[in-house]
Amino acid sequence: MTDTLTMLGLESSCDDTAAAVVRRSASGAEVLASVVIGQTGLHDAFGGVVPEIAARAHAEKLDVAVRQALDDAGLTLNDMDAIAVTSGPGLIGGVLSGVMCAKGLSAATGLPLVGVNHLAGHALTPRLTDAIAYPYLMLLVSGGHCQFLIVRGPQDFTRLGGTIDDAPGEAFDKVARLLGLPQPGGPSIEREAMGANPKRFPLPRPLIDRDDCNLSFSGLKTAVLRTRDALVAEFGGLTRADRADICASFQAAVCDVLADRMRRALARYLAENPVTPCVAVAGGVAANMAIRARLEAVAADLGAQFVAPPLKLCTDNAAMIAYAGIELFEDGVRHDLTLSARPRWPLDTSQAALVGSGKKGAKA
Amino acid sequence: MVDAPLTLALPSPEATGRLAERLGVRLHPGDTLLFEGPIGAGKTHFCRHLIRALLEHDEDIPSPTFTLVQSYDSPAGEIWHADLYRLGDVSELVELGLDEAFETAICLVEWPDRLGVMTPLSALTISLAPDAMLEDTRRITFTWSDPKWAARLEFLQDD
Repeated sequence: MTDTLTMLGLESSCDDTAAAVVRRSASGAEVLASVVIGQTGLHDAFGGVVPEIAARAHAEKLDVAVRQALDDAGLTLNDMDAIAVTSGPGLIGGVLSGVMCAKGLSAATGLPLVGVNHLAGHALTPRLTDAIAYPYLMLLVSGGHCQFLIVRGPQDFTRLGGTIDDAPGEAFDKVARLLGLPQPGGPSIEREAMGANPKRFPLPRPLIDRDDCNLSFSGLKTAVLRTRDALVAEFGGLTRADRADICASFQAAVCDVLADRMRRALARYLAENPVTPCVAVAGGVAANMAIRARLEAVAADLGAQFVAPPLKLCTDNAAMIAYAGIELFEDGVRHDLTLSARPRWPLDTSQAALVGSGKKGAKA
Repeated sequence: MVDAPLTLALPSPEATGRLAERLGVRLHPGDTLLFEGPIGAGKTHFCRHLIRALLEHDEDIPSPTFTLVQSYDSPAGEIWHADLYRLGDVSELVELGLDEAFETAICLVEWPDRLGVMTPLSALTISLAPDAMLEDTRRITFTWSDPKWAARLEFLQDD
Protein backbone atom coordinates (compact mmCIF):
# COMPACT_ATOMS: atom_id res chain seq x y z
CA MET A 1 0.00 0.00 0.00
CA THR A 2 1.26 3.45 -0.88
CA ASP A 3 1.65 6.04 1.86
CA THR A 4 -0.35 8.58 -0.07
CA LEU A 5 -3.51 7.87 -2.05
CA THR A 6 -4.99 10.36 -4.48
CA MET A 7 -8.49 9.65 -5.71
CA LEU A 8 -10.62 11.21 -8.40
CA GLY A 9 -14.31 11.02 -7.47
CA LEU A 10 -17.38 11.32 -9.71
CA GLU A 11 -20.97 11.80 -8.56
CA SER A 12 -24.08 12.17 -10.70
CA SER A 13 -26.73 10.07 -9.00
CA CYS A 14 -29.34 12.78 -8.45
CA ASP A 15 -29.68 16.48 -9.06
CA ASP A 16 -26.07 17.59 -9.29
CA THR A 17 -23.04 16.64 -11.35
CA ALA A 18 -19.79 16.65 -9.42
CA ALA A 19 -16.11 15.73 -9.51
CA ALA A 20 -13.46 16.00 -6.80
CA VAL A 21 -9.90 15.11 -5.93
CA VAL A 22 -9.14 13.88 -2.41
CA ARG A 23 -5.73 12.87 -1.09
CA ARG A 24 -5.04 10.83 2.00
CA SER A 25 -1.57 10.86 3.50
CA ALA A 26 -0.12 10.08 6.91
CA SER A 27 -1.33 13.47 8.13
CA GLY A 28 -4.95 12.82 7.15
CA ALA A 29 -7.40 13.31 4.32
CA GLU A 30 -7.55 16.52 2.34
CA VAL A 31 -10.01 17.73 -0.28
CA LEU A 32 -7.76 19.11 -3.03
CA ALA A 33 -10.65 20.11 -5.25
CA SER A 34 -14.42 19.74 -5.22
CA VAL A 35 -16.55 20.90 -8.12
CA VAL A 36 -20.34 20.73 -8.08
CA ILE A 37 -22.17 21.80 -11.21
CA GLY A 38 -25.51 22.12 -9.61
CA GLN A 39 -29.02 23.28 -9.75
CA THR A 40 -28.40 26.68 -8.17
CA GLY A 41 -30.65 29.11 -9.90
CA LEU A 42 -33.01 26.36 -10.84
CA HIS A 43 -34.88 26.49 -7.53
CA ASP A 44 -38.12 27.99 -8.64
CA ALA A 45 -39.52 29.95 -5.75
CA PHE A 46 -42.39 27.67 -4.78
CA GLY A 47 -41.79 24.45 -6.65
CA GLY A 48 -38.51 23.22 -5.20
CA VAL A 49 -35.48 21.84 -6.93
CA VAL A 50 -35.74 20.94 -10.59
CA PRO A 51 -34.00 17.57 -10.86
CA GLU A 52 -31.53 16.72 -13.58
CA ILE A 53 -33.01 13.64 -15.13
CA ALA A 54 -31.37 13.70 -18.52
CA ALA A 55 -28.41 11.34 -18.69
CA ARG A 56 -26.92 13.39 -21.50
CA ALA A 57 -26.90 16.58 -19.43
CA HIS A 58 -25.00 14.78 -16.67
CA ALA A 59 -22.63 13.28 -19.24
CA GLU A 60 -21.86 16.70 -20.72
CA LYS A 61 -21.27 18.29 -17.32
CA LEU A 62 -19.12 15.40 -16.05
CA ASP A 63 -16.34 16.14 -18.54
CA VAL A 64 -16.30 19.78 -17.49
CA ALA A 65 -16.43 18.89 -13.79
CA VAL A 66 -13.52 16.41 -14.04
CA ARG A 67 -11.34 18.83 -15.94
CA GLN A 68 -12.07 21.65 -13.51
CA ALA A 69 -11.46 19.46 -10.46
CA LEU A 70 -8.08 18.36 -11.83
CA ASP A 71 -7.19 21.98 -12.72
CA ASP A 72 -8.26 23.23 -9.28
CA ALA A 73 -6.09 20.57 -7.66
CA GLY A 74 -3.20 21.43 -9.99
CA LEU A 75 -2.95 17.76 -10.95
CA THR A 76 -3.50 15.53 -13.96
CA LEU A 77 -5.00 12.07 -14.36
CA ASN A 78 -1.43 10.72 -14.14
CA ASP A 79 -1.31 11.86 -10.51
CA MET A 80 -4.38 9.80 -9.55
CA ASP A 81 -4.13 6.36 -7.96
CA ALA A 82 -7.68 5.36 -8.83
CA ILE A 83 -11.10 6.61 -9.89
CA ALA A 84 -14.11 6.38 -7.60
CA VAL A 85 -17.63 6.75 -8.94
CA THR A 86 -21.13 6.61 -7.49
CA SER A 87 -22.60 3.43 -8.94
CA GLY A 88 -25.92 3.66 -7.06
CA PRO A 89 -28.49 4.18 -5.68
CA GLY A 90 -30.14 6.97 -7.65
CA LEU A 91 -31.81 7.89 -10.89
CA ILE A 92 -30.54 5.40 -13.41
CA GLY A 93 -29.67 7.89 -16.17
CA GLY A 94 -27.46 9.96 -13.91
CA VAL A 95 -25.76 6.98 -12.28
CA LEU A 96 -25.09 5.41 -15.68
CA SER A 97 -23.50 8.62 -17.02
CA GLY A 98 -21.10 8.72 -14.07
CA VAL A 99 -20.23 5.04 -14.35
CA MET A 100 -19.67 5.30 -18.12
CA CYS A 101 -17.48 8.38 -17.72
CA ALA A 102 -15.41 6.66 -15.01
CA LYS A 103 -15.06 3.54 -17.14
CA GLY A 104 -13.86 5.65 -20.05
CA LEU A 105 -11.25 7.34 -17.89
CA SER A 106 -10.21 4.02 -16.41
CA ALA A 107 -9.87 2.35 -19.81
CA ALA A 108 -7.86 5.29 -21.16
CA THR A 109 -5.49 5.61 -18.19
CA GLY A 110 -5.34 2.09 -16.80
CA LEU A 111 -6.33 3.45 -13.39
CA PRO A 112 -8.32 1.11 -11.12
CA LEU A 113 -12.02 1.74 -10.77
CA VAL A 114 -13.91 1.78 -7.43
CA GLY A 115 -17.72 1.80 -7.41
CA VAL A 116 -19.12 3.63 -4.40
CA ASN A 117 -22.55 3.55 -2.82
CA HIS A 118 -23.83 7.13 -2.72
CA LEU A 119 -25.17 6.65 0.81
CA ALA A 120 -21.82 5.25 1.96
CA GLY A 121 -20.29 8.49 0.69
CA HIS A 122 -22.57 10.45 3.01
CA ALA A 123 -22.07 8.00 5.88
CA LEU A 124 -18.26 8.22 5.71
CA THR A 125 -18.10 12.02 5.39
CA PRO A 126 -17.56 12.54 9.17
CA ARG A 127 -14.32 10.57 8.83
CA LEU A 128 -13.20 12.84 6.00
CA THR A 129 -14.02 16.03 7.93
CA ASP A 130 -13.38 15.04 11.55
CA ALA A 131 -11.35 11.83 11.36
CA ILE A 132 -13.66 10.11 13.86
CA ALA A 133 -13.08 6.46 14.72
CA TYR A 134 -15.26 3.44 13.95
CA PRO A 135 -17.80 2.52 15.15
CA TYR A 136 -19.92 5.67 15.24
CA LEU A 137 -23.63 6.39 15.15
CA MET A 138 -24.86 8.25 12.11
CA LEU A 139 -28.08 10.12 11.52
CA LEU A 140 -28.01 10.23 7.73
CA VAL A 141 -30.43 12.68 6.17
CA SER A 142 -30.04 13.02 2.43
CA GLY A 143 -32.67 13.59 -0.21
CA GLY A 144 -35.51 11.27 0.60
CA HIS A 145 -33.40 9.29 3.05
CA CYS A 146 -33.44 9.51 6.82
CA GLN A 147 -31.87 6.68 8.77
CA PHE A 148 -29.89 5.81 11.87
CA LEU A 149 -26.82 3.69 11.09
CA ILE A 150 -24.01 2.26 13.14
CA VAL A 151 -21.01 2.70 10.87
CA ARG A 152 -18.39 0.02 11.60
CA GLY A 153 -16.30 0.24 8.43
CA PRO A 154 -16.46 1.40 4.83
CA GLN A 155 -18.55 -1.65 3.96
CA ASP A 156 -20.07 -2.43 7.32
CA PHE A 157 -23.28 -0.63 8.27
CA THR A 158 -26.04 -1.61 10.65
CA ARG A 159 -29.33 0.15 10.11
CA LEU A 160 -31.16 0.79 13.38
CA GLY A 161 -34.20 2.44 11.87
CA GLY A 162 -35.38 5.13 9.52
CA THR A 163 -38.37 7.05 8.33
CA ILE A 164 -41.41 5.00 7.45
CA ASP A 165 -42.77 7.77 5.24
CA ASP A 166 -41.44 11.27 4.50
CA ALA A 167 -37.91 12.40 5.30
CA PRO A 168 -37.62 15.53 7.46
CA GLY A 169 -36.35 17.69 4.59
CA GLU A 170 -39.37 16.68 2.60
CA ALA A 171 -41.68 17.54 5.50
CA PHE A 172 -40.07 21.00 5.72
CA ASP A 173 -40.46 21.51 1.94
CA LYS A 174 -44.08 20.43 1.93
CA VAL A 175 -45.04 22.45 5.01
CA ALA A 176 -43.43 25.48 3.35
CA ARG A 177 -45.54 24.79 0.26
CA LEU A 178 -48.68 24.58 2.41
CA LEU A 179 -47.88 27.93 4.02
CA GLY A 180 -46.83 29.74 0.84
CA LEU A 181 -43.18 29.99 1.94
CA PRO A 182 -40.28 29.73 -0.53
CA GLN A 183 -38.31 26.55 -1.24
CA PRO A 184 -36.20 25.02 0.09
CA GLY A 185 -38.48 24.78 3.11
CA GLY A 186 -35.85 24.23 5.82
CA PRO A 187 -34.36 27.74 5.90
CA SER A 188 -37.72 29.49 5.27
CA ILE A 189 -39.43 27.72 8.13
CA GLU A 190 -36.51 28.24 10.50
CA ARG A 191 -36.55 31.96 9.70
CA GLU A 192 -40.31 32.22 10.26
CA ALA A 193 -40.16 30.22 13.48
CA MET A 194 -37.60 32.52 15.05
CA GLY A 195 -39.19 34.32 18.00
CA ALA A 196 -42.60 32.72 17.35
CA ASN A 197 -44.65 30.63 19.77
CA PRO A 198 -43.85 26.89 19.42
CA LYS A 199 -46.58 25.91 21.89
CA ARG A 200 -49.55 27.62 20.28
CA PHE A 201 -50.60 24.74 18.03
CA PRO A 202 -50.57 21.21 19.45
CA LEU A 203 -49.09 19.05 16.68
CA PRO A 204 -48.51 15.28 16.95
CA ARG A 205 -45.16 13.63 17.72
CA PRO A 206 -45.51 10.54 15.47
CA LEU A 207 -44.05 7.22 16.69
CA ILE A 208 -42.54 8.84 19.79
CA ASP A 209 -42.27 6.38 22.71
CA ARG A 210 -42.24 3.41 20.36
CA ASP A 211 -39.44 1.05 21.24
CA ASP A 212 -37.58 1.26 17.94
CA CYS A 213 -35.60 3.85 15.96
CA ASN A 214 -38.16 4.54 13.24
CA LEU A 215 -39.42 7.99 12.36
CA SER A 216 -42.54 9.34 10.70
CA PHE A 217 -43.27 12.85 9.44
CA SER A 218 -46.16 12.46 7.02
CA GLY A 219 -48.87 12.81 9.69
CA LEU A 220 -47.20 15.96 10.97
CA LYS A 221 -47.52 17.53 7.52
CA THR A 222 -51.22 16.63 7.42
CA ALA A 223 -51.70 18.10 10.91
CA VAL A 224 -50.17 21.37 9.72
CA LEU A 225 -52.59 21.36 6.79
CA ARG A 226 -55.54 20.94 9.16
CA THR A 227 -54.29 23.69 11.44
CA ARG A 228 -53.98 26.01 8.46
CA ASP A 229 -57.42 25.13 7.11
CA ALA A 230 -59.05 25.55 10.54
CA LEU A 231 -57.60 29.06 10.82
CA VAL A 232 -58.69 29.91 7.28
CA ALA A 233 -62.20 28.58 7.98
CA GLU A 234 -62.51 30.55 11.20
CA PHE A 235 -60.80 33.82 10.33
CA GLY A 236 -60.74 33.84 6.56
CA GLY A 237 -56.95 33.62 6.35
CA LEU A 238 -53.66 33.45 8.20
CA THR A 239 -51.96 36.39 9.86
CA ARG A 240 -48.17 36.62 9.74
CA ALA A 241 -48.14 35.71 13.43
CA ASP A 242 -50.31 32.64 12.75
CA ARG A 243 -47.94 31.47 10.07
CA ALA A 244 -44.89 32.05 12.24
CA ASP A 245 -46.49 30.18 15.15
CA ILE A 246 -47.38 27.23 12.88
CA CYS A 247 -43.76 27.13 11.71
CA ALA A 248 -42.47 27.25 15.30
CA SER A 249 -44.93 24.55 16.41
CA PHE A 250 -43.98 22.35 13.45
CA GLN A 251 -40.25 22.81 14.02
CA ALA A 252 -40.71 22.00 17.73
CA ALA A 253 -42.50 18.77 16.82
CA VAL A 254 -39.70 17.75 14.41
CA CYS A 255 -37.13 18.55 17.13
CA ASP A 256 -38.99 16.41 19.66
CA VAL A 257 -39.30 13.47 17.27
CA LEU A 258 -35.65 13.58 16.17
CA ALA A 259 -34.37 14.04 19.73
CA ASP A 260 -36.45 11.14 21.04
CA ARG A 261 -35.40 8.81 18.23
CA MET A 262 -31.77 9.90 18.52
CA ARG A 263 -31.83 9.12 22.25
CA ARG A 264 -33.08 5.62 21.49
CA ALA A 265 -30.55 5.02 18.69
CA LEU A 266 -27.72 6.31 20.88
CA ALA A 267 -28.73 3.97 23.71
CA ARG A 268 -28.53 1.00 21.32
CA TYR A 269 -25.17 2.12 20.00
CA LEU A 270 -23.75 2.82 23.46
CA ALA A 271 -24.84 -0.65 24.60
CA GLU A 272 -22.01 -1.92 22.36
CA ASN A 273 -19.49 -0.01 24.52
CA PRO A 274 -17.66 1.91 21.77
CA VAL A 275 -14.25 3.18 22.93
CA THR A 276 -14.82 6.73 21.70
CA PRO A 277 -18.58 7.24 21.53
CA CYS A 278 -19.49 9.60 18.73
CA VAL A 279 -22.63 10.55 16.86
CA ALA A 280 -22.53 12.27 13.49
CA VAL A 281 -25.39 14.10 11.84
CA ALA A 282 -25.16 14.70 8.11
CA GLY A 283 -27.60 16.52 5.92
CA GLY A 284 -29.63 19.68 5.87
CA VAL A 285 -31.18 18.77 9.18
CA ALA A 286 -27.94 19.72 10.97
CA ALA A 287 -28.14 23.17 9.35
CA ASN A 288 -31.30 23.93 11.33
CA MET A 289 -30.02 25.51 14.53
CA ALA A 290 -33.00 24.49 16.67
CA ILE A 291 -32.72 20.84 15.61
CA ARG A 292 -28.95 20.85 15.90
CA ALA A 293 -29.06 22.26 19.45
CA ARG A 294 -31.50 19.55 20.53
CA LEU A 295 -29.46 16.74 19.01
CA GLU A 296 -26.26 18.13 20.52
CA ALA A 297 -27.96 18.19 23.92
CA VAL A 298 -29.01 14.53 23.58
CA ALA A 299 -25.44 13.53 22.64
CA ALA A 300 -23.96 15.51 25.54
CA ASP A 301 -26.50 14.03 27.93
CA LEU A 302 -25.52 10.48 26.97
CA GLY A 303 -21.79 11.24 26.87
CA ALA A 304 -21.16 11.01 23.13
CA GLN A 305 -19.13 13.39 20.98
CA PHE A 306 -21.27 15.27 18.44
CA VAL A 307 -20.04 15.89 14.90
CA ALA A 308 -21.84 17.67 12.07
CA PRO A 309 -19.78 18.03 8.86
CA PRO A 310 -20.11 21.38 7.05
CA LEU A 311 -23.22 21.63 4.93
CA LYS A 312 -21.36 21.81 1.61
CA LEU A 313 -20.02 18.32 2.29
CA CYS A 314 -23.47 17.07 3.39
CA THR A 315 -25.27 17.92 0.18
CA ASP A 316 -24.41 15.83 -2.86
CA ASN A 317 -20.74 16.22 -3.77
CA ALA A 318 -17.93 14.12 -5.19
CA ALA A 319 -15.40 14.66 -2.39
CA MET A 320 -17.33 12.20 -0.25
CA ILE A 321 -17.28 9.70 -3.12
CA ALA A 322 -13.52 10.13 -3.61
CA TYR A 323 -12.97 9.74 0.14
CA ALA A 324 -15.19 6.65 0.40
CA GLY A 325 -13.30 5.36 -2.66
CA ILE A 326 -10.02 5.75 -0.74
CA GLU A 327 -11.29 3.71 2.19
CA LEU A 328 -12.72 1.04 -0.11
CA PHE A 329 -9.49 0.95 -2.13
CA GLU A 330 -7.53 0.40 1.07
CA ASP A 331 -10.01 -2.37 1.88
CA GLY A 332 -8.99 -4.03 -1.38
CA VAL A 333 -12.06 -3.10 -3.41
CA ARG A 334 -11.37 -2.91 -7.16
CA HIS A 335 -13.92 -2.87 -9.95
CA ASP A 336 -13.42 -3.29 -13.67
CA LEU A 337 -15.33 -2.39 -16.79
CA THR A 338 -18.13 -4.74 -15.76
CA LEU A 339 -19.11 -2.33 -12.94
CA SER A 340 -22.86 -1.80 -13.25
CA ALA A 341 -25.16 1.01 -12.17
CA ARG A 342 -27.56 0.02 -9.40
CA PRO A 343 -30.68 2.17 -9.01
CA ARG A 344 -31.40 0.43 -5.68
CA TRP A 345 -28.62 -0.42 -3.25
CA PRO A 346 -29.26 -0.65 0.49
CA LEU A 347 -26.29 0.08 2.74
CA ASP A 348 -27.16 -2.59 5.23
CA THR A 349 -27.36 -5.72 3.10
CA SER A 350 -27.74 -8.00 6.12
CA GLN A 351 -31.02 -6.28 6.85
CA ALA A 352 -32.18 -6.69 3.29
CA ALA A 353 -31.38 -10.39 3.68
CA LEU A 354 -33.27 -10.40 6.97
CA VAL A 355 -36.46 -9.29 5.29
CA GLY A 356 -35.71 -11.97 2.69
CA SER A 357 -35.36 -9.71 -0.31
CA GLY A 358 -32.67 -11.56 -2.23
CA LYS A 359 -33.43 -9.74 -5.45
CA LYS A 360 -33.61 -6.07 -4.65
CA GLY A 361 -33.46 -4.71 -1.15
CA ALA A 362 -34.92 -1.53 0.24
CA LYS A 363 -33.36 1.50 -1.31
CA ALA A 364 -32.83 3.20 2.01
CA MET B 1 -70.47 -3.84 -13.13
CA VAL B 2 -69.82 -0.41 -11.71
CA ASP B 3 -69.97 2.85 -13.62
CA ALA B 4 -67.52 5.74 -13.61
CA PRO B 5 -67.17 7.99 -11.79
CA LEU B 6 -67.50 6.24 -8.46
CA THR B 7 -67.17 8.15 -5.18
CA LEU B 8 -66.82 6.77 -1.66
CA ALA B 9 -66.23 8.32 1.74
CA LEU B 10 -63.38 6.85 3.77
CA PRO B 11 -63.71 7.72 7.47
CA SER B 12 -60.09 7.14 8.55
CA PRO B 13 -56.51 6.61 7.34
CA GLU B 14 -56.98 2.94 8.23
CA ALA B 15 -60.03 2.67 5.99
CA THR B 16 -58.07 4.31 3.18
CA GLY B 17 -55.24 1.84 3.76
CA ARG B 18 -57.55 -1.17 3.66
CA LEU B 19 -59.15 -0.02 0.42
CA ALA B 20 -55.68 0.47 -1.10
CA GLU B 21 -54.70 -3.08 -0.12
CA ARG B 22 -57.86 -4.56 -1.62
CA LEU B 23 -57.31 -2.69 -4.86
CA GLY B 24 -53.59 -3.56 -4.92
CA VAL B 25 -54.07 -7.31 -5.03
CA ARG B 26 -56.27 -6.88 -8.10
CA LEU B 27 -53.59 -5.12 -10.19
CA HIS B 28 -51.43 -6.55 -12.98
CA PRO B 29 -48.46 -5.26 -15.00
CA GLY B 30 -49.76 -2.74 -17.53
CA ASP B 31 -52.15 -1.19 -14.99
CA THR B 32 -51.56 2.48 -14.22
CA LEU B 33 -53.14 4.42 -11.37
CA LEU B 34 -53.05 8.22 -11.42
CA PHE B 35 -53.40 9.95 -8.04
CA GLU B 36 -54.88 13.43 -7.84
CA GLY B 37 -55.38 15.57 -4.76
CA PRO B 38 -53.65 18.32 -2.77
CA ILE B 39 -50.70 17.84 -0.38
CA GLY B 40 -51.87 15.94 2.68
CA ALA B 41 -54.80 14.29 0.89
CA GLY B 42 -53.21 10.89 1.45
CA LYS B 43 -51.85 9.99 -1.99
CA THR B 44 -48.59 8.54 -0.70
CA HIS B 45 -50.41 6.90 2.21
CA PHE B 46 -52.67 5.12 -0.29
CA CYS B 47 -49.72 4.06 -2.48
CA ARG B 48 -47.71 2.81 0.49
CA HIS B 49 -50.53 0.49 1.61
CA LEU B 50 -51.14 -0.69 -1.93
CA ILE B 51 -47.46 -1.51 -2.49
CA ARG B 52 -47.15 -3.22 0.88
CA ALA B 53 -50.10 -5.46 -0.02
CA LEU B 54 -48.22 -6.62 -3.11
CA LEU B 55 -44.74 -7.12 -1.63
CA GLU B 56 -43.66 -10.55 -0.53
CA HIS B 57 -41.66 -9.12 2.36
CA ASP B 58 -42.05 -5.93 4.32
CA GLU B 59 -39.62 -3.24 3.23
CA ASP B 60 -39.35 0.53 3.42
CA ILE B 61 -41.56 2.42 1.04
CA PRO B 62 -40.05 5.90 1.04
CA SER B 63 -41.81 8.82 -0.57
CA PRO B 64 -40.62 9.25 -4.17
CA THR B 65 -40.72 13.05 -3.95
CA PHE B 66 -36.92 13.42 -4.11
CA THR B 67 -36.06 10.44 -6.26
CA LEU B 68 -39.07 10.86 -8.61
CA VAL B 69 -39.37 7.09 -8.94
CA GLN B 70 -39.05 4.17 -6.54
CA SER B 71 -39.41 0.69 -7.96
CA TYR B 72 -40.22 -2.59 -6.24
CA ASP B 73 -40.24 -6.25 -7.23
CA SER B 74 -43.37 -8.13 -6.26
CA PRO B 75 -44.77 -11.55 -7.13
CA ALA B 76 -47.42 -9.69 -9.17
CA GLY B 77 -44.72 -7.93 -11.18
CA GLU B 78 -42.61 -4.83 -10.98
CA ILE B 79 -44.18 -1.80 -9.25
CA TRP B 80 -43.23 1.78 -10.10
CA HIS B 81 -44.14 4.50 -7.63
CA ALA B 82 -43.59 7.93 -9.19
CA ASP B 83 -44.02 11.48 -7.90
CA LEU B 84 -43.86 13.85 -10.84
CA TYR B 85 -44.12 17.07 -8.80
CA ARG B 86 -40.49 17.96 -9.54
CA LEU B 87 -40.63 16.96 -13.20
CA GLY B 88 -39.45 19.79 -15.42
CA ASP B 89 -40.45 18.65 -18.87
CA VAL B 90 -42.57 15.89 -20.36
CA SER B 91 -39.59 14.61 -22.40
CA GLU B 92 -37.98 13.63 -19.11
CA LEU B 93 -40.59 10.90 -18.71
CA VAL B 94 -38.80 8.99 -21.44
CA GLU B 95 -35.46 9.49 -19.65
CA LEU B 96 -37.03 8.03 -16.53
CA GLY B 97 -38.32 5.08 -18.55
CA LEU B 98 -41.86 5.71 -17.37
CA ASP B 99 -43.38 5.27 -20.85
CA GLU B 100 -41.94 1.77 -20.99
CA ALA B 101 -42.98 1.04 -17.41
CA PHE B 102 -46.61 1.84 -18.33
CA GLU B 103 -46.48 -1.28 -20.53
CA THR B 104 -44.50 -3.60 -18.30
CA ALA B 105 -45.14 -2.63 -14.67
CA ILE B 106 -47.84 -1.67 -12.19
CA CYS B 107 -47.49 2.11 -12.12
CA LEU B 108 -48.67 4.45 -9.37
CA VAL B 109 -48.26 8.08 -10.38
CA GLU B 110 -48.64 11.08 -8.09
CA TRP B 111 -49.05 14.56 -9.64
CA PRO B 112 -50.06 12.98 -13.02
CA ASP B 113 -51.00 16.35 -14.57
CA ARG B 114 -47.30 16.51 -15.52
CA LEU B 115 -47.85 13.54 -17.88
CA GLY B 116 -49.68 15.65 -20.48
CA VAL B 117 -50.01 13.77 -23.77
CA MET B 118 -48.24 10.78 -22.28
CA THR B 119 -51.14 9.99 -19.94
CA PRO B 120 -52.07 6.35 -20.62
CA LEU B 121 -55.65 6.14 -21.86
CA SER B 122 -56.20 2.91 -19.95
CA ALA B 123 -55.30 4.47 -16.60
CA LEU B 124 -57.52 4.56 -13.54
CA THR B 125 -57.66 8.01 -11.97
CA ILE B 126 -58.04 8.16 -8.19
CA SER B 127 -58.84 11.56 -6.70
CA LEU B 128 -58.47 12.06 -2.98
CA ALA B 129 -60.07 15.05 -1.30
CA PRO B 130 -60.11 16.00 2.37
CA ASP B 131 -63.58 16.46 3.88
CA ALA B 132 -64.37 20.01 4.90
CA MET B 133 -66.02 18.95 8.17
CA LEU B 134 -64.50 15.63 9.27
CA GLU B 135 -60.74 15.88 9.51
CA ASP B 136 -59.86 12.18 9.09
CA THR B 137 -62.34 11.60 6.28
CA ARG B 138 -61.33 11.48 2.63
CA ARG B 139 -63.61 11.43 -0.36
CA ILE B 140 -62.19 9.11 -2.97
CA THR B 141 -63.33 9.22 -6.59
CA PHE B 142 -62.45 6.64 -9.22
CA THR B 143 -62.62 7.70 -12.88
CA TRP B 144 -61.80 5.58 -15.93
CA SER B 145 -62.64 5.05 -19.58
CA ASP B 146 -61.07 1.60 -20.09
CA PRO B 147 -63.84 -0.98 -19.43
CA LYS B 148 -61.40 -3.31 -17.63
CA TRP B 149 -61.76 -1.18 -14.49
CA ALA B 150 -65.53 -1.71 -14.21
CA ALA B 151 -64.97 -5.39 -13.49
CA ARG B 152 -61.82 -4.78 -11.45
CA LEU B 153 -63.60 -2.36 -9.12
CA GLU B 154 -66.64 -4.48 -8.43
CA PHE B 155 -65.27 -5.30 -5.01
CA LEU B 156 -66.06 -1.74 -3.98
CA GLN B 157 -69.73 -2.68 -3.98
CA ASP B 158 -69.23 -5.62 -1.63
CA ASP B 159 -69.51 -3.44 1.45
